Amino acid sequence: MNGHNILTVYGKELRDSLRDRRTLLSMIIIPTLMIPGIMAVAVGVSAKMINKARGEVPTVMVLGGDDSPVLRAALAADPKLHLVRTAANWKQQISDKQLRAAVEIPAGFDAALDRGTPAEVKIYDYDGELRSGFAVGELRNFLNDYREKTVTARLAGRGLPVALVKPFEVKTQNVAPPEKVGGNLVGGLIPYLFILLCYTGAMYSAMDLTAGEKERGTMETILCSPVARTDLVLGKFLMVLTASLTAALISMISMGLTFVVGGILMGATRMTAAAKAGPLPMLDPAGLLLVLAMVLPVAVLFSAVLLAVSLFAKTIKEASSYVSPMIMLIIIPAMMGLMPGVELNARLALVPILNIALVSKELVSGVFHWQYLALIFGSTCVYAAAALAFCVHLFNREEVLFRT
Amino acid sequence: MIEARNLTKVFHDKKRGEIRAVDDVSFTCRPGRIYGLLGANGAGKTTTLRLLATLLRPTAGSATVAGFDTVAEPERVRASVGFLATSTALYGRLTARETIAYFGRLNGLSEAAIVARVARLADELDLHEFLDRRVEKFSTGMKQKTSIARTLVHDPAVLIFDEPTIGLDVMTARNIVRFVRDCRTRGKTVIYSTHVMSEVEKLCDIVGIIHHGRLVAEGSLAELGQRYGVQDMEEIFIRAVGADQEEAA
Repeated sequence: MNGHNILTVYGKELRDSLRDRRTLLSMIIIPTLMIPGIMAVAVGVSAKMINKARGEVPTVMVLGGDDSPVLRAALAADPKLHLVRTAANWKQQISDKQLRAAVEIPAGFDAALDRGTPAEVKIYDYDGELRSGFAVGELRNFLNDYREKTVTARLAGRGLPVALVKPFEVKTQNVAPPEKVGGNLVGGLIPYLFILLCYTGAMYSAMDLTAGEKERGTMETILCSPVARTDLVLGKFLMVLTASLTAALISMISMGLTFVVGGILMGATRMTAAAKAGPLPMLDPAGLLLVLAMVLPVAVLFSAVLLAVSLFAKTIKEASSYVSPMIMLIIIPAMMGLMPGVELNARLALVPILNIALVSKELVSGVFHWQYLALIFGSTCVYAAAALAFCVHLFNREEVLFRT
Repeated sequence: MIEARNLTKVFHDKKRGEIRAVDDVSFTCRPGRIYGLLGANGAGKTTTLRLLATLLRPTAGSATVAGFDTVAEPERVRASVGFLATSTALYGRLTARETIAYFGRLNGLSEAAIVARVARLADELDLHEFLDRRVEKFSTGMKQKTSIARTLVHDPAVLIFDEPTIGLDVMTARNIVRFVRDCRTRGKTVIYSTHVMSEVEKLCDIVGIIHHGRLVAEGSLAELGQRYGVQDMEEIFIRAVGADQEEAA
């Protein structure tokens, strides 16, 4: 192995890549814009939709209850509900989203309340529909309130205290630090994006440096030089790794800036009390740095595998048809790490990508399981070394280099 | 000096089975001489030259280039060889200067030596006008000149040319031919593969005719003319290849 030759090849590839718009796009521009873009679209659009839905007074139809004028009058007086005229096609109206919900009052409801006999009120909704859900919420709030007032009035009529039916209160309070709550909220998403960007960052560079060179006829030129195959592959590998890590690093900086700028723009208006410390989820900074350290062997693994797979191809188009479907092999284990209930254990710590996704979720929450970290780092390094050795082996196979 | 001894290369193809691209080929090419390797498309010229340039490993036989064995010391062989072919393209996003310097570094030249070498090659090949422009913007002629400079940057003792004039216009092809002649004048060992008969007549001291991977005839133009009873290179080639086909039948 000749360090001078490896660095010479690397230096040339770096210069060449920095002059290539497509490499710059995958290495710098996409990672810079992807996270703020996703955040802006996801947060902006969903916040706008939710706020708009919340601001709307839901249309509600009352079914029956002609003999219960007290309840009907109370419903009509609620400013948070917009009652519409009863119609026979109310089910169709809910399905067509013209009506958000319907409430059915049983016959003799008012009289039943006076007698103290139980009665059942039914709410009809469009399950899973956002605005219908808000309407159900408002109806439930109204009916709970109405029930409490009724109970309070009955107890008062009998000279009994309200505490008789409410002997104690239940309150929940978050005690976890904000960064742990933040990590739990977005902890799975961050390594997922890192892993994906590591892969896409390396993808174009790997194809360009192998299949691209074959396609342009420069592979034979470099193979004629005295540089050893191992030095050549290591120089190229360093470039692909640079592209991969640059994408990950830039995405991390971009993510940090997104949280800071997003926080300033959105203002401190969080819904959950647990995240009061900031407008956006807080993450453990040491954990974030450790995530980047854990991503290093993954980037080595991706770079070596992508370089090897792309080397088989004769053209960038052919290489693309190999490496693009491989994204699924990255996404599936990375997504499994996002699933609730999938927790890190010794066995899963050996599954590449999934192990990083799971441990990263813990790291950004400030949880450090050092024995798992060592196991994951070690095993990923072994996989990466094997992939790199395979890549060197392929560069020594003439049927791969000169495939016709 | 190049010495090929019973050089054989067999490829395995799933559809066509075993293909003997180079079959028991032996020849010697001496310094200050141009050895022409003449053959039709697919005859085995490129494979022979790739074996000599250590891009491929022989299935059987051996070769030494500038005194180094192609299998045992491939890196030293490549350090002694300048290889130019239409398939050896240049990096489009590098300038001519960067290209020459890159291959100089890979050949172990010091930075000072590279600067001196680039200046000398730029003078000899008239590269100054486009030395600091990116290759992707070059005309075919500019690319060929840069390729020649890239081939010569380490001043190799052996030069291998694989159909270097294919697809080139007349003027650019003439430049290549002139450059190959200069190599002979400087005492380099030159091997030149082509299927253009006129180039063989203009350039080669010794001609080896290759057909179906086998060297079917070898000698100077005069010797070959005497052997086949004709002076025209095309006729010599047809007769040599025809005799081989008759023998095979």
